[in-house]
Amino acid sequence: MSASSGRLRPVASALRGFGVHVLGACRDLAPIIAVVVFFQLVVLRQPFPDLFAVLVGLVFVVLGLAFFVLGLEMGLFPIGEAMAEAFARKGSLFWLLVFGFGLGFSTTVAEPALIAVAKEAAVVAADGGYIELESASMDRYAMGLRITVAFSVGVAILVGLIRIIRGWPVHYLIIGGYLGVMAMTAIAPPEIVGIAYDSGGVTTSTVTVPLVTALGVGLATTIRGRNPLVDGFGLIAFASLLPMVFVMAYGMVVFG
Amino acid sequence: MQILQLYTAFAHTLGSMLKDVVPVIGLLLFFQVVILRKPLPDWKRMALGFFFVLLGLTLFLDGLETALFPIGRAMARQLSDPTFVHGADAAATAQPAWYAFGWIYLFAALIGFATTIAEPALIAVSFKAAKVSRGGLNQNGLRAAVAAGVAIGIAIGAFRIVTGTPLYLYILAAYLIVLVQTSFAPRQIIPLAFDSGGVTTSTVTVPLVAALGLGLSETIPGRNPTLDGFGLIAFASVFPVMTVMAYAQLAQALSRRRLRKAGEK
Repeated sequence: MSASSGRLRPVASALRGFGVHVLGACRDLAPIIAVVVFFQLVVLRQPFPDLFAVLVGLVFVVLGLAFFVLGLEMGLFPIGEAMAEAFARKGSLFWLLVFGFGLGFSTTVAEPALIAVAKEAAVVAADGGYIELESASMDRYAMGLRITVAFSVGVAILVGLIRIIRGWPVHYLIIGGYLGVMAMTAIAPPEIVGIAYDSGGVTTSTVTVPLVTALGVGLATTIRGRNPLVDGFGLIAFASLLPMVFVMAYGMVVFG
Repeated sequence: MQILQLYTAFAHTLGSMLKDVVPVIGLLLFFQVVILRKPLPDWKRMALGFFFVLLGLTLFLDGLETALFPIGRAMARQLSDPTFVHGADAAATAQPAWYAFGWIYLFAALIGFATTIAEPALIAVSFKAAKVSRGGLNQNGLRAAVAAGVAIGIAIGAFRIVTGTPLYLYILAAYLIVLVQTSFAPRQIIPLAFDSGGVTTSTVTVPLVAALGLGLSETIPGRNPTLDGFGLIAFASVFPVMTVMAYAQLAQALSRRRLRKAGEK
């Protein structure tokens, strides 16, 4: 990318990017809206409750997603990918692992789907009488969930990086993760199991996947005898197994 | 009035989002300046980018509260409403049989399939996978396999909520099937298959599916949201692993047969 020659050029490119991302967000929403409208018109044939608020909210979702992804592409992804590559080449195992952990942790804390689901889980737990029904204790529960998930994603990235360096087959880690999930399920309180299982799929979306994939593929490219397409993948899979184990441990502490 | 509420909600969310984004910025600055000892490239652009991230996150989460969560809940409530399930004259007190909720399974499957097939991350991954397999796997076939996996997963997950059976039994069974498949599937597809489970559940789909599950567990008699409401996302992440490996095995078997036939001629 060349240095900005005109003062308006960055603004113009940001605007163009924004338009592209608005379209992208609409494309994400379109299938959902199509299925819901089909059911409302053909199957249910009932008026939809609070239609106006829902429409305003959908506009918020589209604009929010567009700003979010545009901001990621301008601010986070270029530096994140460059750093992932730099650390993969730097040769210092210690800093690579610290960076991997930090990347997994901090991107997961900012993951929008996780923020939303953790908040919802707090409401459900409070309604069920498992935690106090006041905003302070609900906020604490939701934050605890997110920190737990973020910590476990950080650990998963760290272990996944060691796997790429050592060349362990990915399914050993997965099988180990499965065993961990099953062992924890046996001893964890049943109220946490559902949200724990879901937290696996929630962690890995908009922010985490591109950066973590860049780190994995970058590392696999620099190590001789590694195939980036085979060894670079698999980080995400392990990063969605470990949160299940850790969140169940969190449940044992909170509901215990 | 409504506008005012939206505004205060917005201000509140913006404040809490600031706390979420600052650690990411701090981490990147620390590593870039202290460890790598490189200057920040184009810091004005980066600052603007982070402002957009903050703004977008705030708008998105407020939009979720007013749109996606209510949609998921409303659909679950309407589709499991006794007068809709039984017709107007049936006794609403009776516990309905699982097959009375057919529309719910169909809705769940359609939401899963439709949101996955258009997922950009999946399109990128399936393109790479088609390249790794040197034409053995078809990009569209792979996308269809993942989408079908998500559809089946969410539909079975809805069935679980309706019947109130324990979540871990289903996940245990799914894991066992995955383990058996892992030992038979072509080796180079395994990491991709495992990753496809994580890739599918996008930022828009997750809240909607979570709300669907919670809504179902709130309206179906005898269900408890804490115990039964979650789990749909877990189903959506495990089942694509199975369908992708099954598809890879099928593609391998077909290409072997084709090779053998070519050899006979």
